[in-house]
Amino acid sequence: MSYIIDRRLNTKKKSTVNRQRFLRRYRQHIKKAVADAIDKRSITDVKQGEKISIPGKDIEEYTFTHGSGGRNTRVLPGNDQFIAGDQMRRPKGGGGSGGSGNGASDSGEGMDEFVFQISQEEFLDFMFEDLELPNLVKRQLAGNEDFEMKRAGISNEGSPGKVNIIRSLRSANSRRIALTGRKRKQLKALESEIAALLLQNYSEEDPIVSELMEQVQVLRHKIKRVPWLDDFDLKYNLHVKHPVPRSRAVMFCLMDVSGSMDRQTKDTAKRFFLLLYLFLQRNYEKTEVVFIRHHTSAKEVDEEEFFYSRETGGTIVSSALHLMDEVITERYPPSQWNIYGAQASDGDNWEDDSSICYDLLTNKLMSKLQYFSYIEITSREGQALWHTYQKILEEYPSNFTMKNLQHARDIYPVFRQLFHKKVA
Amino acid sequence: MSNNLISTGSEWSFELVEAYDTAIAAIAEEFGLDTYPNQIEVISSEQMMDAYASTGMPIGYQHWSYGKQFLNVEQSYKRGQMGLAYEIVINSDPCIAYLMEENTMMMQALVIAHACYGHNSFFKGNYLFRSWTDASSIIDYLVFAKNYISKCEEKYGVDAVESLLDSCHALMNYGVDRYKRPYPLSAHEEKERQKEREEYLQKQINDLWRTIPKELEPENIKDIERFPSEPQENILYFFEKHSPLLEPWQREVVRIVRKVAQYFYPQRQTQVMNEGWACFWHHLLINELYNRGQVTDGFMLEFMQSHTSVIYQPPYNSEYFSGINPYTLGFHMMSDIRRICEEPTAEDKKWFPDIAGSNWQETLDFAMRNFKDESFILQFLSPKLMRDLKLFSILDDDENQNIEVTSIHDESGYQEVRELLSAQYNLGNREPNIQIHNVDVRGDRSITLHHYRFNRKPLEVNSTREVLKHIHRLWGFDVHLHSIDDNETKQSFHCPPIEDKQSQE
Repeated sequence: MSYIIDRRLNTKKKSTVNRQRFLRRYRQHIKKAVADAIDKRSITDVKQGEKISIPGKDIEEYTFTHGSGGRNTRVLPGNDQFIAGDQMRRPKGGGGSGGSGNGASDSGEGMDEFVFQISQEEFLDFMFEDLELPNLVKRQLAGNEDFEMKRAGISNEGSPGKVNIIRSLRSANSRRIALTGRKRKQLKALESEIAALLLQNYSEEDPIVSELMEQVQVLRHKIKRVPWLDDFDLKYNLHVKHPVPRSRAVMFCLMDVSGSMDRQTKDTAKRFFLLLYLFLQRNYEKTEVVFIRHHTSAKEVDEEEFFYSRETGGTIVSSALHLMDEVITERYPPSQWNIYGAQASDGDNWEDDSSICYDLLTNKLMSKLQYFSYIEITSREGQALWHTYQKILEEYPSNFTMKNLQHARDIYPVFRQLFHKKVA
Repeated sequence: MSNNLISTGSEWSFELVEAYDTAIAAIAEEFGLDTYPNQIEVISSEQMMDAYASTGMPIGYQHWSYGKQFLNVEQSYKRGQMGLAYEIVINSDPCIAYLMEENTMMMQALVIAHACYGHNSFFKGNYLFRSWTDASSIIDYLVFAKNYISKCEEKYGVDAVESLLDSCHALMNYGVDRYKRPYPLSAHEEKERQKEREEYLQKQINDLWRTIPKELEPENIKDIERFPSEPQENILYFFEKHSPLLEPWQREVVRIVRKVAQYFYPQRQTQVMNEGWACFWHHLLINELYNRGQVTDGFMLEFMQSHTSVIYQPPYNSEYFSGINPYTLGFHMMSDIRRICEEPTAEDKKWFPDIAGSNWQETLDFAMRNFKDESFILQFLSPKLMRDLKLFSILDDDENQNIEVTSIHDESGYQEVRELLSAQYNLGNREPNIQIHNVDVRGDRSITLHHYRFNRKPLEVNSTREVLKHIHRLWGFDVHLHSIDDNETKQSFHCPPIEDKQSQE
């Protein structure tokens, strides 16, 4: 006798918990692998999962096993050349015909890497672990465009679609009980009276009895006329609108595209922006990005143009800051948006422009921004802009950061430094 | 072709699975296979990976090691390094067998024959399974275990439970009663008695460790009994009952791991027989279907192809060689027994006077019921099969310079090859023999274990150290392990390491 059961619709992810336990246990290993992976990855890749490998010996589950040595015998199949008494060299390196079978290789030479895949979600989790957005004050700013319907009990009015059947029938029932209670009492009394009369040998045709019978009929009729369901029995489920607070952020990417910025520098900048973008995306439900590129004049562009089109010219940083301020005033009122600025440059600027930048930032922008980070991608000494920004850093130590980057591989460490969770 | 054909295409459907099951069941009954009822479950490949990761247990408690297993399976499956097993079958009543939805109709029929009638009847008939596991209650018990452990996690934290399980798993192979028949499991009783047991146990422990000085009267000191009075090989059992510092819930967890180990113990000892038996029957049952005209030639070709790849044995010098394939050895031995019964040669009559010419069904049934791998090989491996598989034995002795071929498949070698192969399946030879020797009850409460060397084989140093840490965690006091050969201590391990201790003092 057999039962055949289709289990395909049962949950598939029975191992999910165990998998998470594993990730939890080897957190440190995975984090290291993730950090390594970020350096190696190309930018467009960040949206994928990652292959993680952990040294096999670190996750070994040890049991008692025999070591090599002693007297080992083993039976093998497929003899093609040996006769009893043949001697052969012992293969080098232990393992091999060590005799105790799997045992030896489990703990001896079997130090392969343990390789597995994590999803993009997990990858980002590990990537941004311990990082935190500074100055989250405005984070919960309520935009009031979104509502959520929430249950709010029962009401007497509503649309037919929301009738609460149980409540409606319950109130109809109680209404019927209430409206007919007295009549049913009377009915009962009359009926028992009739019964008593009949017991005393009155016949049913007797006028006393038949009059009582008539009264019974009338009462029954009255009871029957109480409606089974009445308008005011109907109860409706009530839903009310609740405003949902939304947190949203806009990120300004400012990049110098003047002649001095070569392809590689731009690439480095791009990676930095991308990390920042992913990070913001995880912290805010809605993240917008504004790309501003500048040489001597600034221009708002789309992503493609921002990273790939070439232009040359001198460098006036303040033009970009100007434009940023304009865009903020125009489209992103600071009362409704969390505003982040990130600027990448090789540090070149017109001599006298730096002081304008200083004015712009301190007088106009910094009060509107959550955070402004500046990275300078150069191997040279700090330029004029660097010195100016250092002054700003002194004034706004919690909202402003700047770092110097030399190679692409520095990006992730620098990024971590910028957003490291500060232990209070 | 007759009209008997059950199906012609390779697509399967539930009706067809049922039809094949009925047809196979009918033949199995004719051949007298006694089985538990079958519960055939169709699952997807993802679910198969889940089943894999939990070592075939349909319900398991949560532990990272199963996650590791799962990732491993998933990774190699996705890279195409490994196909998933065609089937997993669980020793339970009813016997649960999984069919993968990706399989063709032929594979489903093969799995039904192999698992639902082969393995199933083995589980029901073999003496080890009969006396060591209780098929009807295992699922209940696993549910109990899972719930208990997740309750512990809530109460005492995931980390505490996890590290305890780590330690227990390290000793899983030493949590088995090898000679006593265990008390049957029952989830219901288990739950009822569990509380009682907790209290009782704790009382006992307290008794053992009571250290009221007055009890130690001078004249008694001499004959303080050694504890344990006899060496204990079931280390987990000993810890469950006597470890001084474990909390009651920790004892219960140790017990759960022990019970699960016990459940799997027969499977480890009957791999060759179990697979051989199942292969023998799927081969016979499917061929019988063909003989009766119920399956097509194409079906048979596909079947032969999978069958031969399952029982393929790469030779010792092949790059695919990874030990003797239990399917091959088992299948050939089972078929060989039938041959010896039906067409005995002079050689067979000399080697197997009892069974040559006997009724093959009775003989096979007897073999299936009353042996485990070790004794099965010792009893039934025939010279002909040794020749067919070209078996030879080698000796790797660290006192000799070379590896020596000691015997091959010839007249003078049959006996030795057979004995050596049989010994290879003796669990006692494969796992170091480690027993609890003494506990210093009145002193520092340290525990001493002895490893009795077999063929002078030493303990692997690194893993032994790691396992000692686990023992230390379970015991709570110093742990010593001596590896003994001919009454001489060859290796000693201590946890915490002795050197550290001295330097601290």
